[in-house]
Amino acid sequence: MILLTRKIEFSASHFYHNPEFSPEENRRVFGKCNNPHGHGHNYTLEVTVAGEPDPATGMVLDLKDLKEILEREVMQRMDHRHLNYEVPELAGQIPTCENVARVIWNLLEPRITQGKLHRVRLYESADLFADCYRNGAKAV
Amino acid sequence: MTSGPKIELGRRYRFAASHRLHTARLTEDENWRVFGKCNNPFGHGHNYVVEVSVSGDVNPATGMIANLADLDNFVHREVIEPFDHRYLNEEVAAFRETVPTTENLCFEIFARLKNFPHAKLERVRIEETGNNSFEYSGDTIVGDRERDNPEGKRP
Repeated sequence: MILLTRKIEFSASHFYHNPEFSPEENRRVFGKCNNPHGHGHNYTLEVTVAGEPDPATGMVLDLKDLKEILEREVMQRMDHRHLNYEVPELAGQIPTCENVARVIWNLLEPRITQGKLHRVRLYESADLFADCYRNGAKAV
Repeated sequence: MTSGPKIELGRRYRFAASHRLHTARLTEDENWRVFGKCNNPFGHGHNYVVEVSVSGDVNPATGMIANLADLDNFVHREVIEPFDHRYLNEEVAAFRETVPTTENLCFEIFARLKNFPHAKLERVRIEETGNNSFEYSGDTIVGDRERDNPEGKRP
């Protein structure tokens, strides 16, 4: 089996706020991420697909196809957007790295039809990231 | 939503420390042959990066597997404070008897972090330099690793 990874970068703003928390609780739990004016990150997304290369093409999947899927599903939805207000899939969720990564997994998983989506790794900064794996699969 | 993916949170930490690869079980000549310049009696140092991955349910109220402040405080207390700007061979008890290779650092740091109370520790990945890294997920290592067999005896 081959693991193939493509990386893209997008920039977006967000803030963390739970309307069911008091203002004090929001500040205590979320710290400076609770600033209602929001803040932003340069996100780096690594998408890993697992599969066997097609004997005719030598490819697990055509990188052009993966690039188009990432452009349509991720870049157009999230790049230079406010994640709290402009991404319907995140409505009602705190746009943490964990939740954004899960939304991206759920967007991509049905679109990857050659090979299988193996891992989504979303870096919010160089030192903070979330990984999504197929449930039940062993992390590699 | 279907069952959805398994989610892990990863965080990178840094410390700088010195060490010397040397074992009393080998002669001076053998130490030099096995460890090369890492056997320099004066030691040498690295800027280590420790990548910690934890898993668990994402709390719907916070969107988090674990609060980063809790994870940061725990890792700082258990690893960064006792390791940063130290001589590992002398100042971290585990390495008085065990060679402070990055493999053994993985074991020691995993043991120090595995009781994080707010999420399950999945993995420790350590970069000793930008060009080499080591990962440990808590699997039982079969074989004659020093930690399983501190006297160096064959089973």
